[in-house]
Amino acid sequence: MKKTALYKKHVDSGGKMVDFAGFMMPVSYTGIVNEHETVREKVGLFDVSHMGEIEITGDRALEFADYAVTNSVEALDNGRICYTVCCRNDGGILDDLLAYRFSSDRILLVANAANYQKIYRHLSGIAWDDIEVTDRSAGIGQIAVQGPLSLDLLLRSDLCTPVRDQLEELDYYHFFTLLNDGEEVIISRTGYTGEKGYEVYMPEGQIIRAWEDFMEKGKEMEALPAGLGARDTLRFEAGYCLYGHEIDEETSPLEARLSWVVKLDKEDFVGKEALVEQKKNKPERKLIGLEMTDKGIPRQGFDIYTGGEKVGRITSGTFSPTLRKPLAMALIKRSVSRKIKDFEIDVRGKMKNAKRIKLPFYPGRVKD
Amino acid sequence: MNMDDFRFTEEHEWVYMEDGVAVMGISDYACEELGDIVFVELPEVGDAVQQKDAIGTIEAVKTVADLFSPVSGEVVEVNGDIVDDPGLIKESPFEEGWFLKIKAEDGSELDDMLDFKQYKEFIGK
Repeated sequence: MKKTALYKKHVDSGGKMVDFAGFMMPVSYTGIVNEHETVREKVGLFDVSHMGEIEITGDRALEFADYAVTNSVEALDNGRICYTVCCRNDGGILDDLLAYRFSSDRILLVANAANYQKIYRHLSGIAWDDIEVTDRSAGIGQIAVQGPLSLDLLLRSDLCTPVRDQLEELDYYHFFTLLNDGEEVIISRTGYTGEKGYEVYMPEGQIIRAWEDFMEKGKEMEALPAGLGARDTLRFEAGYCLYGHEIDEETSPLEARLSWVVKLDKEDFVGKEALVEQKKNKPERKLIGLEMTDKGIPRQGFDIYTGGEKVGRITSGTFSPTLRKPLAMALIKRSVSRKIKDFEIDVRGKMKNAKRIKLPFYPGRVKD
Repeated sequence: MNMDDFRFTEEHEWVYMEDGVAVMGISDYACEELGDIVFVELPEVGDAVQQKDAIGTIEAVKTVADLFSPVSGEVVEVNGDIVDDPGLIKESPFEEGWFLKIKAEDGSELDDMLDFKQYKEFIGK
């Protein structure tokens, strides 16, 4: 089992540790709802060092990145980021990624913990001779600082003291780098919570000091460490897909409300042909939001019915801490009319009523 | 309430007898392990329950757990307060957060259960 450099910090702060994609990670410290609310109202710190970082370098790095992923990295200026997916030839999603454009000869892809080795192998397999694909995951740690007070916290941190102006100016999905003890640190205005937030990538050896400093500086704003449980409920409310739930190799981005990250007008990319075809013939399924009208909590995998017919399954479901009600995302047959609002969910053998509601459940305040 | 009167199951339910009626709930350890409890589904007054049967569910943010009946008998009272405010269970697991009162057919069912000290050993505390 792998541990991040902050493992001992988590245990010492009462983190309940669980196996997540082969890493021992904190699912919560003070309670999922408490951590969730802290991120919505103040600021929370997440250790996301388990995420994978894969670097693409070479003169044609940009071109290759655009061949490997569905979104357009070329459309970005240097110092900008895009959310994207990486597909198989048949359009199934291998992973969802962030693509950081440093320059046309250096692109960094950030992948999920459960998938980065698969993505590394996939990219290495399709890479051209003049392209270098490097797995930097082992050496890089990452802290996500999320919540309305995230900027205030970072401005007070030792790490950001030399770059305060740059930090204050940093727009959503932009990043910059700085040298800390001679090593590269990346600060990006990104996150997975629906709140204003930042993600800080740094060498593993520096992360304990940064975490301690962030916690110390965050004290007066009542910052808390937050675990994977809150990370999940926060992203869920914001309508973000989670690999293994809304998206997987059997799901196409066109089904999962991710058409906006698929640039079908790009010259060529892996999966293009299948996705063009799918767009023409319409994908088989669509992702919708549901709210329970009966009591009960919908969970991943539960079957959904309407008019007595099974039409899909829940991909994520939980009690929403912000909206105080049980909600779910679900993949259902595309043929189910938009006008149909009422569904039944098989909650462990009991049929419970639910109605369709708009996604996302929580509008998000990422650009505040 | 004297903890010496409590008996525990290995599924983390507690129970004590009060004039032939078994009062039951779940332990503080169970609350801790489940995390934030957001919804409970309980049997109704008058329902007949069997010892060790799943008679309800406890839904937390992340997980769901079955509630097992510690005794056989008839449900005579349901704690509506925890249905309205599931947070009460964690706040006061051994008092206000009780779940059910069951008119027990056979009070000796408690004899084989863990006492408080044995339960603490069982959960490694």
